[in-house]
Amino acid sequence: MMDNIFGFKISPSSAINMDKVDRALFRELCRVEPDAARCMACGSCSATCPAAAFSGMSIRKVLLCLQRGREKEAFGMMSNCMLCGKCMMVCPRGINTRRIILAISSIYGKEEVK
Amino acid sequence: MREIYLSGYNNFVLPFMLGMTFCLVWCFFGAARIIIQLPGSDRKKFFLSLINPKTMAKNIRDWFCDCLFHVKLWKRNKLLGYMHSSIAFGWFMLIVIGHIEVMLYTPDRVHKIWYPIFFRYFVAVTEKTMKGSFFFFLMDFFLLVVLSGIILAIVKRAHSKLFGMRRTTRPSLPDLIGLYSLWCIFPLRLLAEGFTADISGGSFLTKSLNVVLHSFLSDSMNMLPTWWAYSIALGIFMCVLPFSRYMHIPAEILLIPMRNAGIKISSARKGFAKIQVNSCPSCGVCIDACPMGAVKANIKDSTVYLNRQLKRGNSRRIEEISDKCLLCGKCTAVCPVGVEGDKIRIAQRATKQYNLCPDYSNIGTESFKIDYNKNVIGLNKHVSNIENKRVLYFAGCMTALTPVIMKSMTSLLGKAGISYAVMDKDGGICCGRPMMMAGRKEPALEMIAKNTEIIKSSGADILLLSCPICYKVFRESYRLEGIRIMHHTEYLESLISEGRLSLRKNDVRYVYHDPCELGRGCGIYESPRKVISSAGSLVEAGKHHKESICCGGSVGSLSLGFDKRKALTESALTSLTAESPDVIVTACPLCRSTFNRYSDRPVNDIAEIVDKSSL
Amino acid sequence: MKEIIVIIGGGIAGLEAASQLLKLGYSPIIVEKSPSLGGHVAKWNRLFPDMTPAADIVSGLVESTKEANIFLNTEISFINRLRDNYNVKLSNGVSISTKYILFTTGFRLFEAEKKEEYGYGVYDHVITNGDLEHWFNTSDDRRISERDIKSVGFVHCVGSRDEKARNSQCSKVCCITAIKQAIEMKEKFPDAEIWCFYMDLRLFGKKFEDFYTKAQRDYGIHFVRGRVSEVSEDINSRVIVKAEDTLAGKPIRLTLDLLVLMSGMVCNPDCTKTAGMLSLPLDSDGFLKSSDNVLHITSSPKSGIFYAGACTGPKTVPETLAEARSAVLEIHSHITGK
Repeated sequence: MMDNIFGFKISPSSAINMDKVDRALFRELCRVEPDAARCMACGSCSATCPAAAFSGMSIRKVLLCLQRGREKEAFGMMSNCMLCGKCMMVCPRGINTRRIILAISSIYGKEEVK
Repeated sequence: MREIYLSGYNNFVLPFMLGMTFCLVWCFFGAARIIIQLPGSDRKKFFLSLINPKTMAKNIRDWFCDCLFHVKLWKRNKLLGYMHSSIAFGWFMLIVIGHIEVMLYTPDRVHKIWYPIFFRYFVAVTEKTMKGSFFFFLMDFFLLVVLSGIILAIVKRAHSKLFGMRRTTRPSLPDLIGLYSLWCIFPLRLLAEGFTADISGGSFLTKSLNVVLHSFLSDSMNMLPTWWAYSIALGIFMCVLPFSRYMHIPAEILLIPMRNAGIKISSARKGFAKIQVNSCPSCGVCIDACPMGAVKANIKDSTVYLNRQLKRGNSRRIEEISDKCLLCGKCTAVCPVGVEGDKIRIAQRATKQYNLCPDYSNIGTESFKIDYNKNVIGLNKHVSNIENKRVLYFAGCMTALTPVIMKSMTSLLGKAGISYAVMDKDGGICCGRPMMMAGRKEPALEMIAKNTEIIKSSGADILLLSCPICYKVFRESYRLEGIRIMHHTEYLESLISEGRLSLRKNDVRYVYHDPCELGRGCGIYESPRKVISSAGSLVEAGKHHKESICCGGSVGSLSLGFDKRKALTESALTSLTAESPDVIVTACPLCRSTFNRYSDRPVNDIAEIVDKSSL
Repeated sequence: MKEIIVIIGGGIAGLEAASQLLKLGYSPIIVEKSPSLGGHVAKWNRLFPDMTPAADIVSGLVESTKEANIFLNTEISFINRLRDNYNVKLSNGVSISTKYILFTTGFRLFEAEKKEEYGYGVYDHVITNGDLEHWFNTSDDRRISERDIKSVGFVHCVGSRDEKARNSQCSKVCCITAIKQAIEMKEKFPDAEIWCFYMDLRLFGKKFEDFYTKAQRDYGIHFVRGRVSEVSEDINSRVIVKAEDTLAGKPIRLTLDLLVLMSGMVCNPDCTKTAGMLSLPLDSDGFLKSSDNVLHITSSPKSGIFYAGACTGPKTVPETLAEARSAVLEIHSHITGK
């Protein structure tokens, strides 16, 4: 219906419809590691990440993507994570990023395996 | 010696026989199960080692040193050592001499298992046997030895500090039953033998007791209840043994040959790990050793409690304890029986299933260009006979965050005139150790393969590392034939001893902190100390060498949050500043930045102090 | 007899309080550990938002406190309480008995070398906000003067909003200071590109936002929303910073001639020592704890002891001065019993 009403085409993927985002898994993640909700998006982790050069890994973006229903994007970034812990070292909020990454790896992606 | 009873049997042996049979059957099937659980190659290795005279000799030595004499405990604390070895060795000798007596005097009773245990009940002394008095003396002597150990054990329950232990384990119910029955066994034996000493003979202990007893108890029928009690105590002890910490007695007998066969932990709950867990005597030495113990709530996360949970199969707690550990390896280093707490935890972490797995196949190794600088002519011209080796410097992830180490190292390499290249100047691939520590071996091996490719194609002669975490994995898991792997402490030592670097000694008092992965992990203790001694005066920390306390910054822990680590760092700093040094020196970027956060005095890497004092 | 009030700290808060107390007819005694008055402001060059010379402010304040008793190079040896009075013993041997003590102990700039990843003290061209002001005042700093400056970076929040630096609160004034210093650098080096790396710009004060827009439009200063996480050095000892441009969602790398670290404010450690002698509580941010953070910011939980300025948390100059006056009024009503 929305298409071509005024001669414009609205691309459905360009906006995130937050009403349709399922946040249950993220809540589960926050239960395991409450600090997952404490990111202030300073970007320190992304800048220092050795995997950023290969898969664009950024735990800041991963956490954001998971909250915005863009899991696929997050998993793609995470595929090159080396668990080196540099992000944990630089995080000004002292977030245990390694635990978050491991928790995401076990909580999310169940469909991917099937 | 002559026998009194024709049957050679009395009903009171039943409790003992019941316990003994149960215990033997349990241990036999347990051992068989553990051997079956071993991976095929390990099982083969184990059996082959049993027919190898060299390992067998080592086994026998270890059996005596560890199981009977408790040499490691002697080194820790004399009282603790005496307590354990008196009970273990004394009891062992009582059993051995008991058997000798049976074989000498009543050879036809050898097949009766209870005979050596209750020998004094069944025989009467005769005039002729002079040899007997020798054995009487030995038996009484060793009984005294054991009794002295038991007295110490009772004292230890109340005052464990006397034995060098600040905190001990809280015993479980079977432990308590085992403990009290063990305490009873030998006094009851003394009593029983004391009653019969006028008939069966005895020496200074039993004979004298006999005189005392008979002064007010003339009826010799009084002796039977004491023999019953002795047998019941033995029976109870044997029956609870498999469920209590005393399981370590039989388990260690199997652990020693397995360890000497070179078997490694491959699964957290089966095989070699299981025999280690069963060998845990719950002594609690690891409680005081654990750096997390700085916070009282963490005491239940020490290895002894992990072992207990593993025995109980409490999965939630097992996972929690395994994930929390810093993997500093100190519990392994101090464990008197050799339980590898850190390795059991890594194996446990490896059992966790993940839906998302990393995949590094997209990472190309060609993009890492290695260019050696042309700095081949040394500044110290007086030494030229040392062949120039090409050094590939892998600073590591953590060093990227402590640029002062990298700057000092490149400055030193320049001063020494070394031809070097920095492998990860613009970021590299992680060494794989943090991934290994998380129990995820597969992705770690992928990273290792990538780095191996880069290093091999670089044409390096020496791979130089600044981070002990990297160093450990490079030494253990990389196959880099022809390339020498060196941590910068070793390398600086060799540069100094070869005269490529000369240091001006100052009067600063340095204390050296042994990083977990470099000290306990790789056994490097002396190189850094030599280097520091040539730059200033070295003092030792309260706890040092293999007992050094983890800085608390370790990437080994998966679940310990930043805010939970401060107390650990502060306790390590307290130990380091015991001798009030001016500067704290370490050789790990992670330790450096962790200490620097809370230290009241400068924290330097060894490379920094060498760079500052080199000419 | 005139009531004696001991003021600990001769920074702007202490000076302003002393001058107001003098006006009210009291006898203030300033105890200052350093050889000169004016504290941090005396080391600064110009102050936002009107670029007032800091020296003018300090000299005005010093002028108005001429009548006060001032002990320079003096520290507090100990303080104890004797009934209603406090007995203050100074390091120069003087003992003072007083009913009123005013803490104007201020702050200390975060020691930038503790953020080791930024390489302060390691790299040749990494300085702090304090160093830069010193250079504005004296033109004496070889880290700046020895090279042709074509690019300058400012890192906001160094040692503030940072739990790793043990300082989780916002230092409040560094955002506007960074913008002020960026503009000043642009004025000194018109050809240079100036970069500000920030996490959030917290420009709350009067005319601060104007400053920000001026920096963007008139001075062409670049603002990158991302915290610098790694700093390295190239072969020409230029500084390479790594950050994420979080708005672009991409890591960026930039080579600079000079990197300025905006060190945050932490509580003065000497002040916590003195506060310890009186068992005054510290707040969770490490600064002195007021009896109430809304109503009684200048009162301590102990009677007769008052606070003013940055000893209770990061503050701007006008806020500090206002607080000093407010503390004086509080003391005055205490004395007069009204």
